[in-house]
Amino acid sequence: MALRMWASSTANALKISTAASKSGLVSPAFSLSRCFSTVLEGFKYANSHEWVKHDGPVATIGITDHAQDHLGEVVFVELPEAGKPVTQGDSFGSVESVKATSDVNSPISGEVVEVNTKLSETPGLINTSPYEDGWMIKVKPSNPSELESLMGAKEYTKFCEEEDASH
Amino acid sequence: MAVSQTRSMGLPLINLLRLRGVPILQQLHLEERLLRTSYDNWCIINDGTTKPTIVMGVSGKAEELLEIESVIRDEIPVIRRFTGGGTVIVDQGTIFVTFICNKDAFPDLQSYPQPIMSWSSLIYKKVFQGIGDFSLRENDYVLGNHKFGGNAQSITKNRWVHHTSFLWDYQTSNMGYLKLPKRAPEYRQARGHLDFICRMKDHIPRSNFIDRTIDAVGSHFVLTSADLEASQSPLSLNFEPSSRLLKREELEEAIFKSRARRACAASAPQAS
Repeated sequence: MALRMWASSTANALKISTAASKSGLVSPAFSLSRCFSTVLEGFKYANSHEWVKHDGPVATIGITDHAQDHLGEVVFVELPEAGKPVTQGDSFGSVESVKATSDVNSPISGEVVEVNTKLSETPGLINTSPYEDGWMIKVKPSNPSELESLMGAKEYTKFCEEEDASH
Repeated sequence: MAVSQTRSMGLPLINLLRLRGVPILQQLHLEERLLRTSYDNWCIINDGTTKPTIVMGVSGKAEELLEIESVIRDEIPVIRRFTGGGTVIVDQGTIFVTFICNKDAFPDLQSYPQPIMSWSSLIYKKVFQGIGDFSLRENDYVLGNHKFGGNAQSITKNRWVHHTSFLWDYQTSNMGYLKLPKRAPEYRQARGHLDFICRMKDHIPRSNFIDRTIDAVGSHFVLTSADLEASQSPLSLNFEPSSRLLKREELEEAIFKSRARRACAASAPQAS
Protein backbone atom coordinates (compact mmCIF):
# COMPACT_ATOMS: atom_id res chain seq x y z
CA MET A 1 0.00 0.00 0.00
CA ALA A 2 1.52 3.28 -1.04
CA LEU A 3 1.59 5.81 1.78
CA ARG A 4 0.68 9.35 0.81
CA MET A 5 1.58 11.44 3.81
CA TRP A 6 0.66 15.02 4.36
CA ALA A 7 3.78 17.17 4.24
CA SER A 8 4.02 20.49 6.03
CA SER A 9 4.79 22.34 2.80
CA THR A 10 1.30 21.52 1.53
CA ALA A 11 -0.12 24.00 4.02
CA ASN A 12 2.22 26.63 2.64
CA ALA A 13 1.68 25.71 -0.98
CA LEU A 14 0.72 29.22 -1.94
CA LYS A 15 3.53 30.93 -0.03
CA ILE A 16 6.22 32.52 -2.10
CA SER A 17 9.28 33.45 -0.10
CA THR A 18 10.89 36.74 -0.86
CA ALA A 19 13.62 36.39 1.76
CA ALA A 20 16.28 37.04 -0.84
CA SER A 21 14.83 40.44 -1.69
CA LYS A 22 15.80 41.64 1.78
CA SER A 23 19.20 40.11 1.37
CA GLY A 24 22.31 41.55 2.88
CA LEU A 25 24.21 39.34 0.44
CA VAL A 26 25.52 41.04 -2.66
CA SER A 27 22.64 40.96 -5.15
CA PRO A 28 21.99 37.26 -5.46
CA ALA A 29 19.42 36.39 -8.09
CA PHE A 30 16.71 34.18 -6.73
CA SER A 31 14.55 31.69 -8.48
CA LEU A 32 10.98 30.86 -7.64
CA SER A 33 10.62 27.16 -7.47
CA ARG A 34 7.45 25.32 -8.20
CA CYS A 35 7.79 23.76 -4.75
CA PHE A 36 7.39 27.30 -3.36
CA SER A 37 10.54 27.24 -1.27
CA THR A 38 13.19 29.82 -2.06
CA VAL A 39 16.33 28.60 -3.75
CA LEU A 40 19.18 31.04 -4.36
CA GLU A 41 21.43 31.19 -7.38
CA GLY A 42 25.12 31.13 -6.64
CA PHE A 43 24.70 28.68 -3.78
CA LYS A 44 25.37 24.94 -3.81
CA TYR A 45 23.04 22.39 -2.25
CA ALA A 46 23.29 18.95 -0.67
CA ASN A 47 20.59 16.30 -1.04
CA SER A 48 20.16 16.48 2.73
CA HIS A 49 18.96 20.09 2.28
CA GLU A 50 21.94 22.11 3.44
CA TRP A 51 23.35 25.00 1.41
CA VAL A 52 26.90 26.27 1.07
CA LYS A 53 28.11 29.64 -0.25
CA HIS A 54 31.79 29.62 -1.13
CA ASP A 55 33.39 33.03 -0.89
CA GLY A 56 37.18 33.08 -1.18
CA PRO A 57 38.85 31.19 1.66
CA VAL A 58 35.62 30.66 3.61
CA ALA A 59 32.39 28.80 2.95
CA THR A 60 29.17 29.60 4.80
CA ILE A 61 26.73 26.79 5.57
CA GLY A 62 23.09 26.61 6.63
CA ILE A 63 19.87 24.72 5.96
CA THR A 64 17.60 25.54 3.05
CA ASP A 65 14.20 27.19 3.01
CA HIS A 66 12.73 23.81 2.00
CA ALA A 67 14.25 22.21 5.09
CA GLN A 68 13.14 24.87 7.56
CA ASP A 69 9.65 24.81 6.12
CA HIS A 70 9.35 21.04 6.59
CA LEU A 71 10.95 21.05 10.03
CA GLY A 72 8.67 23.68 11.54
CA GLU A 73 9.56 26.25 14.18
CA VAL A 74 13.19 25.81 15.24
CA VAL A 75 13.52 26.18 19.01
CA PHE A 76 17.10 25.10 19.66
CA VAL A 77 20.30 24.79 17.68
CA GLU A 78 23.37 22.76 18.58
CA LEU A 79 26.57 23.85 16.82
CA PRO A 80 30.23 22.81 17.00
CA GLU A 81 33.00 25.00 18.36
CA ALA A 82 35.37 26.90 16.12
CA GLY A 83 38.41 24.82 15.32
CA LYS A 84 36.48 21.54 15.00
CA PRO A 85 36.73 19.58 11.75
CA VAL A 86 33.70 18.82 9.58
CA THR A 87 33.45 16.05 6.97
CA GLN A 88 31.33 16.11 3.84
CA GLY A 89 28.08 14.25 4.45
CA ASP A 90 28.57 13.91 8.22
CA SER A 91 26.58 15.61 10.96
CA PHE A 92 28.09 18.74 12.53
CA GLY A 93 25.17 19.79 14.67
CA SER A 94 21.43 19.62 15.04
CA VAL A 95 18.26 21.68 15.20
CA GLU A 96 15.28 21.03 17.43
CA SER A 97 11.83 21.70 16.05
CA VAL A 98 8.42 20.56 17.25
CA LYS A 99 9.39 17.40 19.14
CA ALA A 100 12.35 16.37 17.01
CA THR A 101 16.08 16.87 16.85
CA SER A 102 17.34 16.71 13.28
CA ASP A 103 20.96 16.32 12.28
CA VAL A 104 22.50 19.01 10.10
CA ASN A 105 25.14 17.59 7.76
CA SER A 106 28.09 19.42 6.29
CA PRO A 107 28.07 19.73 2.49
CA ILE A 108 31.87 20.01 2.47
CA SER A 109 34.90 19.04 4.53
CA GLY A 110 37.05 21.53 6.38
CA GLU A 111 37.60 23.35 9.65
CA VAL A 112 35.00 25.44 11.44
CA VAL A 113 36.26 29.02 11.65
CA GLU A 114 33.15 30.77 12.90
CA VAL A 115 29.82 29.83 14.44
CA ASN A 116 26.62 31.91 14.36
CA THR A 117 26.26 32.68 18.07
CA LYS A 118 23.00 34.59 17.47
CA LEU A 119 21.26 31.24 17.00
CA SER A 120 21.55 30.36 20.68
CA GLU A 121 19.29 33.27 21.65
CA THR A 122 17.26 33.45 18.42
CA PRO A 123 17.06 29.99 16.83
CA GLY A 124 14.04 31.16 14.81
CA LEU A 125 16.41 33.03 12.49
CA ILE A 126 16.75 29.72 10.71
CA ASN A 127 13.05 29.91 9.86
CA THR A 128 12.81 33.61 9.04
CA SER A 129 16.14 33.98 7.24
CA PRO A 130 17.58 30.57 6.33
CA TYR A 131 20.09 31.92 3.78
CA GLU A 132 21.18 35.08 5.59
CA ASP A 133 20.84 35.72 9.32
CA GLY A 134 20.16 32.00 9.90
CA TRP A 135 23.58 30.86 8.64
CA MET A 136 25.04 28.22 10.94
CA ILE A 137 28.80 27.81 10.49
CA LYS A 138 31.64 29.15 8.39
CA VAL A 139 34.22 26.64 7.27
CA LYS A 140 37.69 26.79 5.75
CA PRO A 141 37.30 24.12 3.03
CA SER A 142 39.95 21.41 2.99
CA ASN A 143 38.94 20.13 -0.45
CA PRO A 144 37.19 22.79 -2.57
CA SER A 145 36.62 20.27 -5.37
CA GLU A 146 33.88 18.75 -3.18
CA LEU A 147 31.70 21.68 -4.21
CA GLU A 148 31.50 20.22 -7.70
CA SER A 149 29.63 17.21 -6.36
CA LEU A 150 26.83 19.42 -4.99
CA MET A 151 23.70 20.60 -6.80
CA GLY A 152 23.22 24.04 -8.29
CA ALA A 153 20.03 26.05 -7.85
CA LYS A 154 18.11 24.57 -10.77
CA GLU A 155 19.09 21.02 -9.95
CA TYR A 156 18.17 21.48 -6.28
CA THR A 157 14.83 23.04 -7.18
CA LYS A 158 14.00 20.00 -9.30
CA PHE A 159 15.21 17.71 -6.50
CA CYS A 160 12.82 19.37 -4.02
CA GLU A 161 9.90 19.20 -6.45
CA GLU A 162 10.49 15.51 -7.10
CA GLU A 163 10.89 14.76 -3.41
CA ASP A 164 7.67 16.55 -2.48
CA ALA A 165 5.76 15.06 -5.42
CA SER A 166 6.66 11.52 -4.45
CA HIS A 167 5.28 11.91 -0.91
CA MET B 1 29.72 -6.15 5.18
CA ALA B 2 26.94 -8.63 4.37
CA VAL B 3 23.72 -6.98 3.22
CA SER B 4 20.88 -8.35 5.30
CA GLN B 5 17.44 -8.97 3.89
CA THR B 6 15.46 -5.78 4.40
CA ARG B 7 12.04 -6.60 3.01
CA SER B 8 9.74 -9.57 2.85
CA MET B 9 6.42 -9.80 1.04
CA GLY B 10 6.81 -6.10 0.16
CA LEU B 11 6.94 -5.02 3.81
CA PRO B 12 10.07 -3.88 5.64
CA LEU B 13 11.51 -6.18 8.29
CA ILE B 14 11.60 -5.00 11.90
CA ASN B 15 13.25 -6.47 14.98
CA LEU B 16 10.83 -6.55 17.92
CA LEU B 17 12.63 -6.17 21.23
CA ARG B 18 10.42 -6.67 24.28
CA LEU B 19 11.79 -5.47 27.59
CA ARG B 20 10.35 -5.27 31.06
CA GLY B 21 11.31 -2.85 33.80
CA VAL B 22 14.49 -1.65 32.07
CA PRO B 23 15.71 1.65 33.56
CA ILE B 24 14.82 4.53 31.26
CA LEU B 25 18.41 5.78 30.93
CA GLN B 26 19.50 2.32 29.77
CA GLN B 27 16.60 2.29 27.28
CA LEU B 28 17.60 5.71 25.91
CA HIS B 29 21.21 4.63 25.53
CA LEU B 30 20.09 1.52 23.66
CA GLU B 31 17.85 3.58 21.34
CA GLU B 32 20.53 6.11 20.50
CA ARG B 33 23.05 3.36 19.87
CA LEU B 34 20.68 1.55 17.53
CA LEU B 35 19.80 4.80 15.74
CA ARG B 36 23.44 5.63 15.10
CA THR B 37 25.09 2.23 14.59
CA SER B 38 22.46 -0.26 13.38
CA TYR B 39 21.19 -0.70 9.82
CA ASP B 40 18.04 -2.56 10.89
CA ASN B 41 14.56 -1.37 11.81
CA TRP B 42 13.64 -1.84 15.46
CA CYS B 43 10.50 -1.73 17.58
CA ILE B 44 11.27 -1.64 21.29
CA ILE B 45 8.56 -2.13 23.88
CA ASN B 46 9.59 -1.58 27.52
CA ASP B 47 6.86 -2.63 29.90
CA GLY B 48 7.43 -0.15 32.72
CA THR B 49 10.64 1.30 34.04
CA THR B 50 12.02 1.36 37.58
CA LYS B 51 11.66 4.26 40.00
CA PRO B 52 9.99 7.57 39.08
CA THR B 53 12.34 9.52 36.82
CA ILE B 54 12.00 12.89 35.10
CA VAL B 55 13.05 12.93 31.45
CA MET B 56 13.58 16.29 29.71
CA GLY B 57 14.11 16.88 25.98
CA VAL B 58 17.50 17.76 24.53
CA SER B 59 17.13 21.50 25.16
CA GLY B 60 15.18 21.31 28.39
CA LYS B 61 16.12 23.76 31.14
CA ALA B 62 15.49 22.42 34.62
CA GLU B 63 14.86 25.90 36.07
CA GLU B 64 11.99 26.44 33.62
CA LEU B 65 10.45 22.98 33.63
CA LEU B 66 10.78 21.55 37.12
CA GLU B 67 9.88 22.30 40.73
CA ILE B 68 13.56 21.75 41.45
CA GLU B 69 13.51 22.10 45.23
CA SER B 70 10.97 19.27 45.48
CA VAL B 71 12.91 17.21 42.95
CA ILE B 72 16.12 17.54 44.97
CA ARG B 73 14.38 17.01 48.30
CA ASP B 74 12.77 13.79 47.08
CA GLU B 75 15.87 12.68 45.13
CA ILE B 76 14.02 12.23 41.84
CA PRO B 77 16.52 11.48 39.05
CA VAL B 78 16.48 13.93 36.12
CA ILE B 79 17.63 12.83 32.67
CA ARG B 80 18.25 14.90 29.56
CA ARG B 81 17.51 12.68 26.56
CA PHE B 82 18.79 12.82 23.01
CA THR B 83 15.44 13.53 21.35
CA GLY B 84 13.52 16.79 21.19
CA GLY B 85 10.25 17.64 22.86
CA GLY B 86 8.97 18.20 26.36
CA THR B 87 9.27 16.81 29.86
CA VAL B 88 7.72 13.66 31.27
CA ILE B 89 7.88 11.80 34.54
CA VAL B 90 7.98 8.04 34.03
CA ASP B 91 7.68 5.12 36.41
CA GLN B 92 6.59 1.48 36.68
CA GLY B 93 3.20 2.38 35.22
CA THR B 94 4.62 3.79 32.00
CA ILE B 95 4.69 1.75 28.79
CA PHE B 96 7.35 2.74 26.25
CA VAL B 97 7.09 2.06 22.53
CA THR B 98 9.90 3.06 20.20
CA PHE B 99 10.37 2.83 16.45
CA ILE B 100 13.85 3.13 14.96
CA CYS B 101 13.66 2.98 11.18
CA ASN B 102 15.64 3.47 8.01
CA LYS B 103 14.33 6.29 5.82
CA ASP B 104 13.92 3.85 2.97
CA ALA B 105 11.73 1.51 5.05
CA PHE B 106 8.85 3.58 3.69
CA PRO B 107 9.98 5.35 0.51
CA ASP B 108 6.78 7.42 0.42
CA LEU B 109 7.34 8.75 3.95
CA GLN B 110 9.29 12.02 4.20
CA SER B 111 11.65 11.89 7.16
CA TYR B 112 10.50 15.11 8.77
CA PRO B 113 8.77 15.43 12.16
CA GLN B 114 5.17 15.86 11.03
CA PRO B 115 5.00 13.04 8.45
CA ILE B 116 6.65 10.62 10.90
CA MET B 117 4.23 11.71 13.62
CA SER B 118 1.26 11.15 11.28
CA TRP B 119 2.60 7.73 10.27
CA SER B 120 2.90 6.69 13.91
CA SER B 121 -0.70 7.70 14.58
CA LEU B 122 -1.82 5.11 12.00
CA ILE B 123 -0.43 2.41 14.28
CA TYR B 124 -2.29 3.63 17.34
CA LYS B 125 -5.47 4.37 15.45
CA LYS B 126 -5.55 0.63 14.78
CA VAL B 127 -4.73 -0.16 18.42
CA PHE B 128 -7.65 1.89 19.71
CA GLN B 129 -10.12 1.00 16.98
CA GLY B 130 -13.41 0.20 18.71
CA ILE B 131 -11.92 1.00 22.12
CA GLY B 132 -11.43 4.73 22.49
CA ASP B 133 -11.74 8.10 20.75
CA PHE B 134 -8.08 8.17 19.66
CA SER B 135 -6.59 10.92 17.57
CA LEU B 136 -3.35 12.78 16.96
CA ARG B 137 -3.94 16.31 18.25
CA GLU B 138 -1.17 18.69 17.20
CA ASN B 139 1.71 16.39 18.26
CA ASP B 140 0.05 14.43 21.07
CA TYR B 141 -1.85 11.17 21.19
CA VAL B 142 -5.19 11.90 22.84
CA LEU B 143 -8.31 10.10 23.89
CA GLY B 144 -11.00 12.73 23.49
CA ASN B 145 -9.02 15.84 24.40
CA HIS B 146 -6.86 14.22 27.06
CA LYS B 147 -3.24 13.39 26.35
CA PHE B 148 -2.10 9.90 27.22
CA GLY B 149 1.23 9.64 25.43
CA GLY B 150 4.28 11.89 25.05
CA ASN B 151 6.16 11.73 21.74
CA ALA B 152 9.64 12.70 20.67
CA GLN B 153 11.92 12.10 17.71
CA SER B 154 15.47 12.24 16.47
CA ILE B 155 16.17 12.31 12.75
CA THR B 156 19.53 11.60 11.15
CA LYS B 157 20.56 11.56 7.52
CA ASN B 158 19.31 8.03 6.84
CA ARG B 159 17.33 6.97 9.93
CA TRP B 160 14.86 8.22 12.47
CA VAL B 161 13.56 7.32 15.90
CA HIS B 162 10.07 8.03 17.16
CA HIS B 163 9.44 7.11 20.78
CA THR B 164 6.47 7.41 23.05
CA SER B 165 5.93 7.13 26.78
CA PHE B 166 2.38 6.00 27.42
CA LEU B 167 0.58 6.97 30.62
CA TRP B 168 -1.04 3.65 31.27
CA ASP B 169 -1.08 4.66 34.93
CA TYR B 170 0.70 7.31 36.97
CA GLN B 171 0.90 8.71 40.48
CA THR B 172 -0.87 12.03 40.83
CA SER B 173 1.73 13.29 43.30
CA ASN B 174 4.51 12.84 40.72
CA MET B 175 2.95 15.43 38.43
CA GLY B 176 3.70 17.99 41.13
CA TYR B 177 7.38 17.88 40.15
CA LEU B 178 6.62 19.39 36.74
CA LYS B 179 5.85 23.04 36.10
CA LEU B 180 3.36 24.09 33.46
CA PRO B 181 5.50 24.33 30.31
CA LYS B 182 5.91 27.74 28.62
CA ARG B 183 5.45 26.10 25.25
CA ALA B 184 2.21 24.11 25.15
CA PRO B 185 -0.18 22.96 22.40
CA GLU B 186 -3.20 25.17 21.80
CA TYR B 187 -5.66 22.45 22.67
CA ARG B 188 -4.22 22.29 26.18
CA GLN B 189 -5.93 25.66 26.89
CA ALA B 190 -3.91 26.31 30.03
CA ARG B 191 -5.25 23.18 31.76
CA GLY B 192 -3.21 21.88 34.68
CA HIS B 193 -1.51 18.49 34.36
CA LEU B 194 -4.31 16.48 35.95
CA ASP B 195 -7.00 18.05 33.74
CA PHE B 196 -4.88 17.65 30.62
CA ILE B 197 -3.75 14.02 30.80
CA CYS B 198 -5.59 10.75 31.34
CA ARG B 199 -4.76 7.22 32.41
CA MET B 200 -4.81 4.68 29.60
CA LYS B 201 -5.81 1.95 32.07
CA ASP B 202 -9.26 3.51 32.24
CA HIS B 203 -9.67 2.54 28.58
CA ILE B 204 -7.70 -0.63 27.90
CA PRO B 205 -5.99 -3.43 29.88
CA ARG B 206 -2.20 -3.30 29.87
CA SER B 207 -1.48 -6.58 28.14
CA ASN B 208 -4.24 -5.85 25.64
CA PHE B 209 -2.57 -2.56 24.67
CA ILE B 210 0.80 -4.23 24.17
CA ASP B 211 -0.68 -7.14 22.16
CA ARG B 212 -2.73 -4.81 19.97
CA THR B 213 0.32 -2.60 19.40
CA ILE B 214 2.36 -5.59 18.23
CA ASP B 215 -0.50 -6.61 15.91
CA ALA B 216 -0.70 -3.10 14.50
CA VAL B 217 3.06 -3.00 13.95
CA GLY B 218 2.68 -6.29 12.11
CA SER B 219 0.42 -4.62 9.54
CA HIS B 220 3.26 -2.29 8.52
CA PHE B 221 6.28 -4.56 9.01
CA VAL B 222 7.33 -8.19 9.06
CA LEU B 223 8.23 -8.79 12.73
CA THR B 224 11.20 -10.77 13.99
CA SER B 225 11.71 -11.28 17.71
CA ALA B 226 15.06 -10.03 18.95
CA ASP B 227 16.90 -9.94 22.23
CA LEU B 228 19.35 -7.48 23.76
CA GLU B 229 22.29 -9.52 22.53
CA ALA B 230 21.07 -9.08 18.94
CA SER B 231 21.18 -5.32 19.41
CA GLN B 232 24.96 -5.38 19.88
CA SER B 233 27.28 -4.95 16.91
CA PRO B 234 30.99 -4.17 16.38
CA LEU B 235 30.03 -0.60 15.40
CA SER B 236 28.22 -0.06 18.67
CA LEU B 237 31.15 -0.93 20.94
CA ASN B 238 32.72 2.55 20.85
CA PHE B 239 29.50 4.53 20.62
CA GLU B 240 28.97 7.10 23.36
CA PRO B 241 25.32 8.03 23.90
CA SER B 242 24.42 11.60 24.78
CA SER B 243 21.39 11.04 27.07
CA ARG B 244 22.57 11.56 30.63
CA LEU B 245 21.62 11.94 34.25
CA LEU B 246 21.90 15.51 35.52
CA LYS B 247 24.22 15.92 38.49
CA ARG B 248 23.01 17.35 41.79
CA GLU B 249 25.29 20.37 41.25
CA GLU B 250 23.49 21.09 37.98
CA LEU B 251 20.10 20.97 39.68
CA GLU B 252 21.35 23.25 42.45
CA GLU B 253 22.65 25.67 39.86
CA ALA B 254 19.21 25.57 38.24
CA ILE B 255 17.65 26.64 41.57
CA PHE B 256 20.01 29.60 41.62
CA LYS B 257 19.04 30.53 38.04
CA SER B 258 15.37 30.14 38.87
CA ARG B 259 15.65 32.47 41.87
CA ALA B 260 17.67 34.99 39.86
CA ARG B 261 15.01 34.92 37.17
CA ARG B 262 12.26 35.54 39.72
CA ALA B 263 14.24 38.38 41.28
CA CYS B 264 14.70 40.03 37.88
CA ALA B 265 11.02 39.71 37.12
CA ALA B 266 10.07 41.18 40.50
CA SER B 267 12.39 44.18 40.14
CA ALA B 268 11.51 44.96 36.51
CA PRO B 269 9.88 48.39 36.17
CA GLN B 270 6.09 48.17 35.91
CA ALA B 271 4.58 49.25 32.58
CA SER B 272 2.69 52.55 32.91
